Amino acid sequence: MTAAAPSVGVPLPPRPGRLLRMGRTVRYYVPAIMVFIGVIVLWELAVRGFGMQAFILPAPSAIGAALVENWGAGRWPLFEAARVTLFEAVGGLLIGTTVGLIVAFGIARWATARDAVLPFAIAANAIPIIAIAPIFNAWFGITNPLSKMMIAALLVFFPIMINVTRGLTQVEPSALELMRSYAASDWEILRKLRLPNALPYFLTALKVATTLSLIGAIVGEYFGGASNVIGRVVVQSASALRFDVTWAAILLGAITGIAFYLAIVALERVLIPWHSTVRGEHPG
Amino acid sequence: MTDSSQPTPVVRVSGVDKQFTVGHGVTTALDGIDLEIGRGEFVSLIGPSGCGKSTLLRLIGDLTAPTAGSVEVNGKPAHAARRGREYGMVFQAPVLFEWRSVSDNVKLPLELLGMDRSERDARAREMLALVELSDFASHHPYQLSGGMQQRVAIARALALQPSILLMDEPFGALDEMTRERMNAEVLRIWQQTGTTIVFVTHSIPEAVFLSTRVAVMSARPGRITHVVDVALPQPRNDETREDPRYFRHVTEVREALRSGGALGAEPALVSEERMAAEGGIG
Repeated sequence: MTAAAPSVGVPLPPRPGRLLRMGRTVRYYVPAIMVFIGVIVLWELAVRGFGMQAFILPAPSAIGAALVENWGAGRWPLFEAARVTLFEAVGGLLIGTTVGLIVAFGIARWATARDAVLPFAIAANAIPIIAIAPIFNAWFGITNPLSKMMIAALLVFFPIMINVTRGLTQVEPSALELMRSYAASDWEILRKLRLPNALPYFLTALKVATTLSLIGAIVGEYFGGASNVIGRVVVQSASALRFDVTWAAILLGAITGIAFYLAIVALERVLIPWHSTVRGEHPG
Repeated sequence: MTDSSQPTPVVRVSGVDKQFTVGHGVTTALDGIDLEIGRGEFVSLIGPSGCGKSTLLRLIGDLTAPTAGSVEVNGKPAHAARRGREYGMVFQAPVLFEWRSVSDNVKLPLELLGMDRSERDARAREMLALVELSDFASHHPYQLSGGMQQRVAIARALALQPSILLMDEPFGALDEMTRERMNAEVLRIWQQTGTTIVFVTHSIPEAVFLSTRVAVMSARPGRITHVVDVALPQPRNDETREDPRYFRHVTEVREALRSGGALGAEPALVSEERMAAEGGIG
């Protein structure tokens, strides 16, 4: 079908071919990969060249060896440790996100709820997490993973709550007028305008929350609990001067965090392909 | 077409005042407005910024309530007409939902009406054909130019087949060339659908080119000072813009604006947009 009258629009540029797009993707990641490799090589050379002691800084090769060696066996089976820590983090993320969402919807709907709840939410956010962790361990049982989950949940709650509230309330005034001109009910406005508007805000907060939930879980573990978790492995291997294991545990924690983060990025691409943060030229 | 003596006009505004509270003071946006618009008319509201022309349009659409006087649409109070979804609204910004495809944006009012899916699909196709965007049904708004986005907004406004279309400076953000093409487009749609159109603009040529009548307003307090009948033949096209009568009407509107104290008046202290925002969403 072709337009009879002069078309006002501009034709879309043709989508680049698959190969070309893959090429662009590779080229986009090349600088980061080069920097990464460069840093690892320099690190290795520096440790060997200056004869650095392992307790100051183990060589990347030593860390890699420790990771492989302790993957499923030894005093600190790292894979199992990462699995338990991730379990705590995911649990905390779920709890914190659920409560954050409930509070956000309440705040967005009722101004009274906002005035009543917001000061406490801000106060909760201001509590130093290090200070609250031992208390939560006592409250929810030091060996119970729930104590670590609650610490993670406390960290996760605030960004989720604030961002979702923003997404639900910071709707274009003209979009509200449009809905009003159609005599839309509050429920329809929520479902067709506020919710889709809040989705990108929610996913942005969720990305931050993944990292925070891991931090919360690991900090909780520092103050005691089940022995084979990332936080305990870090504490114990360091006091045993096995810094190669400490670094391996930190590395594994970081990889877990990145994987967790990337899972949300993937979710974002499925849920909000239309959003400016997702449809940009560059992947990642 | 200009027959305001019909028994029930589409719009009847009688004795309307509108005041806004800004800070500690009260600003009179509209003062003693009387206006009747008959079926099938194309009426433009023109005036300097701050004259309350957008506010008047919002009053007709029941997006804000008058301080005094009454607004009737199709013989009913404006709020009943809004509840009955009897009008379509086009804003200066297209206000498309970025998470919806072009076609789904057009379907939004149909969903709110509770129309079933097959009927919605058919109506959306029909409306997109009307604005000549059939090929872009599955695109997303960000993939369209400003002019195309505004055409989607027009398709959405017409989807409920309203008896009246309210347009608030719909082409104000477009460049001159696109604006002229959009003007021709609106005239074509107006003739094809027979919808009554109330059109807010601050462009004199645009108002004269499009309208059967131009209501000229003055600022602070906002009043309708003149109503100019535009006796130009239909259909209007590029030749209309070179017709000596067209220039006469442009001059007539310009002089009406000047005598209303509009041209050369000091700029409004409180912008109309601000006032609309203050009193807007009730």
